[in-house]
Amino acid sequence: MNRFMTGLRQIGQYPSAMAGILVILFLVGLSLYAVFAIPYRQALDLWRGGEIWQDHPRNAAPAWVNWFRLNNLPSTIIVEKSSADVESENFQGWSRVRIPLEFSYTYDEFPSEMNLFLKSRFQDKGPFIRLFWETPDGREILLGGHRPRLSHRVALSQDRNLERRLDAPPHMALLSLPDDIDKRKVLKGDYRLVIDAVFFEEESSLETKFISYGRVHGPAGTDHQRRDIMVALLWGTPIALAFGLLAAVGTTITTLIIAATGVWFGNWIDAAIQRITEVNMILPMLPILVMVGALYSRSIWVMLGVVVLLGIFSAGIKMYRAMLLPIRESPYIEAARAYGAGHSRIILRYMIPRVLPVLIPGFVTLIPTFVFLEASLAVLGLGDPVLPTWGKVLHDAQGESALYNGYYYWVISPAFMLMLTGLGFAMLGFALDRIFNPRLRSI
Amino acid sequence: MTGDNEIVVSVRDLHTWFELRRWGIVRVGNVRAVDGISFDLKRGESVAFVGESGCGKSTLARTLLGLHIPTSGKVFFEGINMQELDRKGLLDYRARVGFVQQDPYGALPPFMDVRRILREPLIIHGVGDRKEQESRIRESMEDVRLSPPEEFLHKFPHMLSGGQQQRVVIARALMLKPSMIIADEPVSMLDASVRVEILNLLRNIQKTRQLTLAFITHDLSTVRYFAERVFVMYAGRIVEKSTVDNLLEHPAHPYTRALLDALPDPDPENAARMRELPSGEPPSLIDPPSGCRFHPRCPHAIKGLCEVDIPPDFEPGEGHTAACWLHRQ
Repeated sequence: MNRFMTGLRQIGQYPSAMAGILVILFLVGLSLYAVFAIPYRQALDLWRGGEIWQDHPRNAAPAWVNWFRLNNLPSTIIVEKSSADVESENFQGWSRVRIPLEFSYTYDEFPSEMNLFLKSRFQDKGPFIRLFWETPDGREILLGGHRPRLSHRVALSQDRNLERRLDAPPHMALLSLPDDIDKRKVLKGDYRLVIDAVFFEEESSLETKFISYGRVHGPAGTDHQRRDIMVALLWGTPIALAFGLLAAVGTTITTLIIAATGVWFGNWIDAAIQRITEVNMILPMLPILVMVGALYSRSIWVMLGVVVLLGIFSAGIKMYRAMLLPIRESPYIEAARAYGAGHSRIILRYMIPRVLPVLIPGFVTLIPTFVFLEASLAVLGLGDPVLPTWGKVLHDAQGESALYNGYYYWVISPAFMLMLTGLGFAMLGFALDRIFNPRLRSI
Repeated sequence: MTGDNEIVVSVRDLHTWFELRRWGIVRVGNVRAVDGISFDLKRGESVAFVGESGCGKSTLARTLLGLHIPTSGKVFFEGINMQELDRKGLLDYRARVGFVQQDPYGALPPFMDVRRILREPLIIHGVGDRKEQESRIRESMEDVRLSPPEEFLHKFPHMLSGGQQQRVVIARALMLKPSMIIADEPVSMLDASVRVEILNLLRNIQKTRQLTLAFITHDLSTVRYFAERVFVMYAGRIVEKSTVDNLLEHPAHPYTRALLDALPDPDPENAARMRELPSGEPPSLIDPPSGCRFHPRCPHAIKGLCEVDIPPDFEPGEGHTAACWLHRQ
């Protein structure tokens, strides 16, 4: 392995290789962070979506888009009962509670949505509530009355009656002066949402949570299911690296061993391996994977298995065979036979180590091709049904016409991760290629 | 010559042919690389096999090593028929025979260091534990004068000179304490300056360990110093067997004479003299000439005899045989 070690020592001379290593280390670090920060089970639960995400805005851009804008896009504001002054009056058999939810709105743009979540406890007769909206300029707007169920959502921004009454989408109209609504100008200041509740039972109670959904969220934004895309970006990293590495290792090692076995034994074994390879080479990989995904399973591990199986008898066998044929005739192999080395020892310890250094660059550049393959499958809708991956983010983005709707971040961030992976491994691989195949060096 | 006359290797009518096939199935003929060879080698004796390129010397060596399977004939090693050996027996046999090759750099795996190269035979034959292997490695490195061993143990073949590489090859051949060494042109790839050194080393080891040395060469000039007997090979057969001195003084076979004539001789008179050398090419081993294989090139060929009948071994002198009709009395 001396050639290997001296080769590795030369890496320092190639800035591109160092950059590639840094990128790979960054990706590995990100993977470790993802795995420790969001345990696997939790990541799956998060990506399944639903209730967990009700506090998150839909289709929000990443927070960093504000750096490039004059008008700041709003973040999400959450106001809960606990932080408000509650006034209550008790009467015989019933009580009246006034819950003011206060917040100050200082953004230049309107929020994307406004929701009020109510959780009430009662036996037979639920409470009755009326909602009032108080603006900084002293207006009071009645938003309507509700009889909340045990868990109730008041979708203020989708209230058709209110919209008709205010002559504009409520989440806009409520946050501006009536005259400014056409100019889409926000009235900044302190707002109050007053919940006037009447309880008809002594034990009744009410939990309230008002959310003004922002239009930016976190470092990566959210998707159409309110999921934080960051979860997929983070967890996509270990999955992509694991898939790429396992597929590359699996195909390279098996291919190498099979090629070496064919070369060593020659005769009909070699002929059989060559014929199988030729048949396998004309089998189209993607349609087979689509068929497996459609008819059998879309699990990423099944896909990995199929990719490795189809990769065993790949064109690499032809290349390895060409490299190994002269090695088979080397005097040192003959010497090894003369002192008693068996077939498997010669193949594994005498033939393969000889070509290994030359194969390492190819191996490194092979990793991202499998990462891309996995992403392509996901984009085609054959991604693992439960795992959050980069490809699935792209698939969702395509399904929701992200580019048409202007959600560029939704496509750019996973694409950036894929490109970064490709770039990192390619830079390292090409530098290794120059080190181990000195003929490629420029004069 | 020291030691008793115990026979180590006995070869009887050995043929090693390679099948020629067209399209992988149709047999179109055989390459008769080794075609009817018989000889005995005694313990502690050094024998040179001499002949031009393509005469079957190397095939003979590889057949003796068990790398080629003989087509017919028998090889007895220390009384055991080699063809009847099972896997285990063949492994033991391989420990008893060492192999020194022509190209020392090619003979060493470039990705192993010297320690690993020398340990490999021990690992394969399960000899000793790590400590014992280490001491045997050092011992045999001292034997081939690679000392101090520490200086070489971690080196890879490309860091060694040609002579040092060949010493490692010899050390490896000695690792399993063989009783016979087959050296296939051990110095032809080395610089002239280290040839004698390596040959002396081989000769000393052979003498001190009472090894049988089969020394394959095309260079008759070194034979005198490193072998007791010489077998001259031509086109897959041994044409003459003799002791070195006898052969050099009284070559019996016309081919041997031609070989001796071809030796460079630092005599100023040679500049003016044209040498008589046999014309023509070495014969095809696929379709060898009938009768004596040398007859198309032989200046003394007897019409009606040499091209018809294969000459048996005649004895022109004590311990001297020649397969030539000229000695038929």
